[in-house]
Amino acid sequence: MKLFIALISGVLFGAGLTIAQMVNPDKVLNFLDITGHWDPSLALVMASALTIFGSGYFLLVRTKNKPLLDKEFIVSTNNKIDKPLIVGATTFGLGWGLIGICPGPALAILLTGNMKFIGFFIAMLIGMQVAQKISDTIYNE
Amino acid sequence: MTEFTPLTALLGGALIGISALLLLIFNGRIAGISGILHSALQPADNDRLWRWIFLFGLVLGVFFVMNPTTPLPTDIEASWPLIIIAGLLVGFGSKTGNGCTSGHGICGLGRLSRRSIVATATFMITAALTVFITRHIIGA
Repeated sequence: MKLFIALISGVLFGAGLTIAQMVNPDKVLNFLDITGHWDPSLALVMASALTIFGSGYFLLVRTKNKPLLDKEFIVSTNNKIDKPLIVGATTFGLGWGLIGICPGPALAILLTGNMKFIGFFIAMLIGMQVAQKISDTIYNE
Repeated sequence: MTEFTPLTALLGGALIGISALLLLIFNGRIAGISGILHSALQPADNDRLWRWIFLFGLVLGVFFVMNPTTPLPTDIEASWPLIIIAGLLVGFGSKTGNGCTSGHGICGLGRLSRRSIVATATFMITAALTVFITRHIIGA
């Protein structure tokens, strides 16, 4: 059942990204291009997702001490604004702003078979692995 | 150039919100794509199956709804070096900052997490500045 939920959740996520056209790098870049031909669509995608997820979270999740199908909620309770958070978010923003592709859409557009999209995806996975190695090295000392 | 598409943006966003909510209510997990993707590829992680299934579902969902009005992009103008550099930065940044547009931008903001509010503001501002520089200063 948990795996079925994971499947349904994945399907909805992919469908949502595509219907909202967040899989289109130009649409994302045009949202970020506030002084250009601004396309505010991404703001509405976020507002809509946030309204549903946020209200559901406070009404249906916070009122329970465990999920319906598992033992506990695996949710970060860390509240600290630390250096990795800022460095990571800045680096992510730089890469995202250069090309207009973030991890969800990067996976989605693999379906096109386009070599540049595949290249981006592989580079992204390598970037994650490098970050993992660096944090392992720091915390193991 | 792309046009503002409020209806499909709201509908697509709603589906993403429902997706993230289902995963949390039923399975207790956060729908952060970068985290799911990275963990799915760690051999030492023994809780990988649901992640693979979620990612498979995501691709399946794209496949179900892609059509001429909501297509996938066919190509990208960016040069190969730019593609690779941006890919490395997006991967490195999302892992180091513990989240991307979905994990921080939707799940974290939706929970009013302090870290996610700061992270989302940081990557939105950095990305907007990057676009401003590449399109209006260098590209002008």
